[in-house]
Amino acid sequence: MKKPHTIFLKTGISVLGWTVALLLFFPILWTVLTSFKTEVDAIAFPPSFLPTQWTLENYFEVQERSEYFTHFLNSVAISVGSTVLGMLLAIPAAWSMAFQPTRATRHVLMWMLSTKMMPAVGALVPIFLIFKTAGLLDTLFGVTFILVIANLPIMVWMLYTYFKEVPADILEAARMDGATTLKELFYVLLPMSLPGVASTMLLNVILAWNEAFWTLSLTAIKAAPLSAFIASYSSPQGLFWAKLSAASTLAIAPILVLGWMSQKQLVRGLTFGAVK
Amino acid sequence: MSGYQMKRAARFALTPSVVLLFIGMIVPLAMTLWLSFQYYNLLNPAEAGFAGVSNYTYFLSDPAFSQAIINTLLLVGGVLAITVIGGILLALLFDQPMWGRGVVRLLVIAPFFVMPTVSALVWKNMLMHPGYGIFAWIAHKLGLPPVEWLSNSPLLSIVMIVAWQWLPFATLIFLTALQSLDTEQQEAARMDGAGPFDRLIYIILPHLGRAVTVVLLMETIFILAIFAEIFVTTSGGPGYASTNLPFLIYVQALLQFDVGAASAGAIIAVVIANAVAIFAIRLAGKNLTA
Repeated sequence: MKKPHTIFLKTGISVLGWTVALLLFFPILWTVLTSFKTEVDAIAFPPSFLPTQWTLENYFEVQERSEYFTHFLNSVAISVGSTVLGMLLAIPAAWSMAFQPTRATRHVLMWMLSTKMMPAVGALVPIFLIFKTAGLLDTLFGVTFILVIANLPIMVWMLYTYFKEVPADILEAARMDGATTLKELFYVLLPMSLPGVASTMLLNVILAWNEAFWTLSLTAIKAAPLSAFIASYSSPQGLFWAKLSAASTLAIAPILVLGWMSQKQLVRGLTFGAVK
Repeated sequence: MSGYQMKRAARFALTPSVVLLFIGMIVPLAMTLWLSFQYYNLLNPAEAGFAGVSNYTYFLSDPAFSQAIINTLLLVGGVLAITVIGGILLALLFDQPMWGRGVVRLLVIAPFFVMPTVSALVWKNMLMHPGYGIFAWIAHKLGLPPVEWLSNSPLLSIVMIVAWQWLPFATLIFLTALQSLDTEQQEAARMDGAGPFDRLIYIILPHLGRAVTVVLLMETIFILAIFAEIFVTTSGGPGYASTNLPFLIYVQALLQFDVGAASAGAIIAVVIANAVAIFAIRLAGKNLTA
């Protein structure tokens, strides 16, 4: 049986913990609630916590006014596209370095990490000029391509740390049984490191979905994903917070769910395997 | 398959990634370097050619530059201080047994998944708006005049927004590190009569060293490059009060079309980022290798 004072302590800590958590979560909760308010309700002062009249109108109007769904699909295309392309490049690279390391492997890994240290703005001018010349500005292909490059180091690193945990003997055995390298990859390595492969993909989808430097600089109307499109709500004409909230809620909801699903593996990915 | 063929396959598998990263990183960097020594203005194509270091002297002597440097460092320093100290405190709190810890954890980590443009706009409009925002309402309740957050303290406001996004990241990393702490060691320390404070100083904080290093490094990389939050809230203003280096370069290149000066600024930004990263890695060296 628990001592009474442990229960008191646990209650106190729970109250404190929940208070802090709700305060941190409040801006998101507030956005979701505001998305169901009328515009008048949204700027009521003093604020009304719950909508006095629940409405879905904002969600419809956001679509009518601005082709919201097109931007949503752009976000899906860019994040899924860059993830699939990135995996096609990163899986062979990580396999190579994890199972056939050479003297250069360590240096290649460090070099890849160091490319993340370079601020994106260092490459902005030439990339902008190249895109302008090649007609890649405001195209889905262009921005997807850039995001593949931007996130490739993280993908290779993450997969590398997961592949390292698969015993080389097992791959060796498959090879003895006559498996080709591709078969070895598809039937042995990938199934064995499936959680790692899945969380690498999830992290990449999250990073690409939320990316806002390249999308703001390289897209305008046609190819703008949500991260860039939402910025158009920063113009000061009129207060349309309920619509901003509806647009925001739809933009963050899918990624919030993916993030919650993968939070444990995320730590490892974001720290390049240094914290597990 | 022979060992030789295997090695060839491995090299073949690695090449595309290396080549792509090389093209995507080194080539633009080299072009930026080259452009930084050229007169190149998209609005004034007549004036072209070798510029020597004049782009650098132009960029460095621009009063906006020194302000942008100071703002960049304040932004990084402010957010790091808040998130590391706050993150350790929150991780210690959420490591305690409590009811509904799983849900609490989900609530705390959530802000990290919100795209920067959304979090900045939500803070700008619904929290910090001096007329209708929640902060104005709180000030009103306390009998204080509302604060004009983004016009009077633009940099502090951006620090708050960015810290809100990154505090969950730091908390999550520290919490993960805390949970790998050896409970037996803690128990032994308790048996030996170490109080909670002693255990914090001599066991828990040293154990967090590696995690702190990683958080400092990762956040520095990302916060040196903060862009979208400034883009949608203050556009760097009023004046240059909230312009950081990436934003200044963006304005120079894509709004004023001065490619040469923007490139010089970009090279300076790369040098600063690398200097900070090397400094941080040196400082952290023993933590990461241990």
